[in-house]
Amino acid sequence: MARTLLTGNAAAAWGARLAEVDYVPAFPITPQTEIIETLATWYGNGEMSGRLVTLESEHSMLTAAAAAAATGVRVFTATSSQGLLYAMEMIYTVAGWRAPFVLVNVSRGLASPLTLESDHNDLLSTRDSGFLQIVCATGQEVLDSVLLAYRLGEDARVRLPVIVNMDGFTTSFTREPVELPEPDAVRRFLPPFDPENVRFRASKPVSQAVAVLGGGAYSYFRYETHLAAREALTVYDEIAAAFEREFGRRHVAVESYRSEDADIVFFMIGAFATKAQEAVDRLREAGVKAGLVRPRLLRPYPVAAMRRVLSGKPAVAVIDQNLSMGKGGVLHTELTAALYGEQNMPPVVASFIGGLGGRDISSEEFYEIAATVQQAAARGETPAPRLLFTGTELRQFKKLQAIAVHERNELGGGS
Amino acid sequence: MTDVIQRMKDLPSTHLLGTGTAMCAGCGGLMSLHEVYDVLGTRTVFVNAAGCMTLLSIYPFTPFRGSWLYTAMASAPAGAQGVRDALDILIRKGRIQPGEDLTAVVLTGDGAAYGMGLSATSGAIERNLDFLYLCYDNEGYGNTGQQYSPATPHAALTATSRGARGYPGYKKDLFAIWAAHKPAYVATVIGAEPLDLAKKIEKAKSRKGPRLILALAPCPPGWDFDPQDSVEIGRLAVRTGVWPLKEYVDGKVVHTHVPHPRLPVEDYLKRQGRFRHLFEPTRNEPLLAEIQAAVDAYWTGVEHG
Repeated sequence: MARTLLTGNAAAAWGARLAEVDYVPAFPITPQTEIIETLATWYGNGEMSGRLVTLESEHSMLTAAAAAAATGVRVFTATSSQGLLYAMEMIYTVAGWRAPFVLVNVSRGLASPLTLESDHNDLLSTRDSGFLQIVCATGQEVLDSVLLAYRLGEDARVRLPVIVNMDGFTTSFTREPVELPEPDAVRRFLPPFDPENVRFRASKPVSQAVAVLGGGAYSYFRYETHLAAREALTVYDEIAAAFEREFGRRHVAVESYRSEDADIVFFMIGAFATKAQEAVDRLREAGVKAGLVRPRLLRPYPVAAMRRVLSGKPAVAVIDQNLSMGKGGVLHTELTAALYGEQNMPPVVASFIGGLGGRDISSEEFYEIAATVQQAAARGETPAPRLLFTGTELRQFKKLQAIAVHERNELGGGS
Repeated sequence: MTDVIQRMKDLPSTHLLGTGTAMCAGCGGLMSLHEVYDVLGTRTVFVNAAGCMTLLSIYPFTPFRGSWLYTAMASAPAGAQGVRDALDILIRKGRIQPGEDLTAVVLTGDGAAYGMGLSATSGAIERNLDFLYLCYDNEGYGNTGQQYSPATPHAALTATSRGARGYPGYKKDLFAIWAAHKPAYVATVIGAEPLDLAKKIEKAKSRKGPRLILALAPCPPGWDFDPQDSVEIGRLAVRTGVWPLKEYVDGKVVHTHVPHPRLPVEDYLKRQGRFRHLFEPTRNEPLLAEIQAAVDAYWTGVEHG
């Protein structure tokens, strides 16, 4: 196996290449564009066989992706942020077609205000669609997860499309050492796509994605999709074990770091979880028994694994890199719902919002979060949700406001 | 390939589309679909955009002997792109026999074709997608109760244009928009002229690339006329010159039928409740004259152009 320096975007492209995808419907959007440019180069020079087509929108891109998957080829596509939202009608629609393919989403904050750097509101907007969701923290994980995603989505017990998520900039544009699996090993792990009975052939006409009348038939198909997504939990564990046997790398559904004996646990997803991991080490050196729990699977939601790793922990700090307006952190909401009413669950599950639009979460903030939940655990009282923002940031922002006001006055606007 | 359909008796005698669908009695769109399907045959996958015809395939029934894929309102041409590309790849990689190939046919109403789906259609034409595109144009958002669409003709009463002058806008020239893309083939048709329709579908079938068919679809509930008059109203649309039968082929627009003499447009208008306000309680002479003048101007352009 070769180890090479790759950006997260290049790692995603390598995942698609090693999965020997037949078809890539594409549309450019920052910070995802490098993925499709890389694949276009490989299709162009014959290193990949099949076709890459640029559609005129992400809505069309998703339609073409699912239609091709429903015709029986292996499909890969990628987008970010506004692109994912533009495709949203089709995200929900095509999940029910039960035609698996993989979509890499490179997370980027949603407008407004318009921005480029990462947070997870884009990914979470697809939460209830029927797409499975694997969230990555590193480039290696991105590549490996694309392979896992094909095997998971294509499994006869699942048959659902999968989103593999990485963070814009932090993962997408950062070069990290990535081990490229041997193509033969990938072929052993990931057999060719078997479309089963979901395909179009002249000799075997089918009607796909037809309408239903009435809530009964509708509920039946919706429940089927839900149950298939739940089934993906079992399937995921099997294929993660098979992946480890083949490649020696372990990608469990819920990763935990030094959390076995932890008094306080950080709970978060994505690239910034690697900063939490670093903070755990520093806190441990300072005598604080900190740990980290990082779900890689968000859909299906690994409830049992969450309960298992958090059982008996005095306090959890959920750090959400997303914001549900008028409610708060989405992961916090989901986690508390998963833990509520169970025996031996953490008495304190506190909510912190941070990292919106790529805003950094500094080591000091992790320490402050740790101290806050430690005190909360001692008091037996869950603190109010907190929106991370420093005095320095506020001062910087006031300067921008001052410039805005000054310029407006100077130019005679707004009078 | 020469056309094999030249006379009425050359039209297919076997009818392929099943009966008993949820379409309204006298549906002009269904009439043209029947005729189109007889010529195209069952080695087709109909990629559907949201509209009246979405209700053709309701689980577990379909009138199609071939295949069907419902997509959404805006992106049926992209669905055709995915199907076409996938079939090409499967054949090229030897994973299916060439005999398993299918023609991708987009089936869409005017709401999608003239508006929401226009960008996806433009994209598919510009990518030179090998597909057929069939728009049944009932001149309004029919499935939701005939609100005006970009295909609604001037002065028509719709559920969202109820004033004394009806719809204030003008029907968009979709044929010209399509032709401006220089696709392989564009034609207007109508179910009430089955020979003209069949010849054009035959011609479209013999070509590769984007081939677009625009079928005027008289709509009994939407246009407010008796279902039994559907064919008659279709014929009047042609004979009054309101619906020119034409094709764009090899860079030129050719009229396949020039009505001569042209009947006055009011022969067409007065048969439909959506134009009743032009005649009752009193005749709206200026508006009738305006509509007639627009049709006259079109044909003057054709005859002298």
